Amino acid sequence: MTETPPVDDWATDFDLFDDSYRKDPGPVWKELRETCPIAHTERWGGSWLPTKYEDIQAFVRMVPELSSRNPLVVSQPKEEQEFDPVLAEYGNSAPPITSDPPDHIPMRRMILPLFTHKAVAKHSAFVETMCHELIDGFIEKGSCDAALDYAVYIPAKTIAHIIGVDAHRVDEFIGWVRGVIELNAGDADERNKYNRILRQFFGELVTERKANPKDDMISSLLAQEINGAPVSKKAVVGMCNLMLVAGIDTTWSSIGSALLHFATHPDHRRRLANEPELMPSAMEEMLRVYSPVTMAREVTEEVQTGGVTFKPGDKVLMNFPAANRDPAVFDNPDEVDLDREKNRHIAFGIGSHRCAGSNLARLEMETALRVWFERIPEFECSNPDAVIWSGGQVRGPRHLPFTFPAQ
Amino acid sequence: MRVKVIADKCEGHNRCCALAPEIFDVDDYGTATAMNDGNVPLELEAKAKLAVENCPEYAIEYVKD
Ligand code: HEM
Ligand code: SF4
Repeated sequence: MTETPPVDDWATDFDLFDDSYRKDPGPVWKELRETCPIAHTERWGGSWLPTKYEDIQAFVRMVPELSSRNPLVVSQPKEEQEFDPVLAEYGNSAPPITSDPPDHIPMRRMILPLFTHKAVAKHSAFVETMCHELIDGFIEKGSCDAALDYAVYIPAKTIAHIIGVDAHRVDEFIGWVRGVIELNAGDADERNKYNRILRQFFGELVTERKANPKDDMISSLLAQEINGAPVSKKAVVGMCNLMLVAGIDTTWSSIGSALLHFATHPDHRRRLANEPELMPSAMEEMLRVYSPVTMAREVTEEVQTGGVTFKPGDKVLMNFPAANRDPAVFDNPDEVDLDREKNRHIAFGIGSHRCAGSNLARLEMETALRVWFERIPEFECSNPDAVIWSGGQVRGPRHLPFTFPAQ
Repeated sequence: MRVKVIADKCEGHNRCCALAPEIFDVDDYGTATAMNDGNVPLELEAKAKLAVENCPEYAIEYVKD
């Protein structure tokens, strides 16, 4: 990632990729919320950063003034996309996340039935078996990288299984997804390269399924209609692309952050190991405190709010992670309370773009933590200083050196 | 106690169903409804309250008869 100068004033010059901010953004949000509360920066193409729960609840509902057509935290230059032959053939949108009314709801309704809690329950045995197999791979050693040997594979293998793509290619998928949304914020060419690879991959697969339908997700998406017309190939390519991109970095981050929390808070770890019935509230608390995802909106009509003016073309960040630490809504917001009963967190977003995969993400996270705790109830992080945090669109630990009694 | 889901506000987070499956159901698109006309038996009132307090869309309300 490109080096950026240090930040003097977070209210007017914040940097999402600042090292200490990536490690622990809580103190910055607290100060901004009390003094600002909507910060601005010219860095990374320029954006606004709200910090209050109430503001974010309001902003997601300002449709179409705040459009989803460009939800990346750092935009890609438009010119390049227009002249790219791969993107011209297979499209560059990712419905429904990049859709606005009137297209959004019909696109979203195509995939929602695939991800209801009843529909995702069908994958629970697959996820559980996979978690056990991953642990089998390192439990005898007494050490592992909990991010790279465990957490990352859980969403990657699950979504490959659901979409019906070759499980042997998961390492490639992970590389492509990271290339698009995590590793190249400052390098548009690199990001475009991975975007093109993803589009080409799904483009070919969708063309193949269109000619020879199978009993799988891509074929059933292709068979659907929107307002009486068959859904376009481009839309299905975009959706498949989105499911990979939206499901991997995000869930990986949530599982990794939770494992790191328990590795570095032995009192909490012991409690969860001894009281597995705490899992539902503990998991929601992990999602709240370590919310991984920030989305963006592009301003299409001037909006005046809270003393600032959003101008057409501006980028406004949907800072769900900061909203989840707002003391106006959460008692002792920076404290982890595994018993927290009242937890109206918005880690999966809110409003019409609420994460369509949230039931699947919760199933994966719950299974990943439960199986880990059953097999490895005692564990610690051997070098907390070596933990690397990704930042920007998705925040999560990318290297987690763990040790535990070898078995 | 009686509760209802405001359909226009519900975005299908499924928190209500997870916390109080005896009271709430969701359709294929994730939209929730309160079963049994929203009537909550005494022994489930605490669960209903949990659902109300965890809905990120503030979509569940108490109905005053
Ligand atoms: C812990 C894991 C996850 C988190 C925190 C998360 C978070 C989010 C957030 C905040 C949004 C809202 C986007 C916006 O407002 O612009 C979103 C949308 C979406 N997510 Fe997730 N996500 C996770 C896992 C998944 C998984 C596993 C899938 C699987 C397919 C998925 C699929 C989607 C889709 C399709 C959308 C777009 C919905 C729409 O625009 O209508 N997500 N996610
Ligand atoms: S928790 Fe709220 S938004 Fe979610 S399904 Fe229930 S009523 Fe709807």
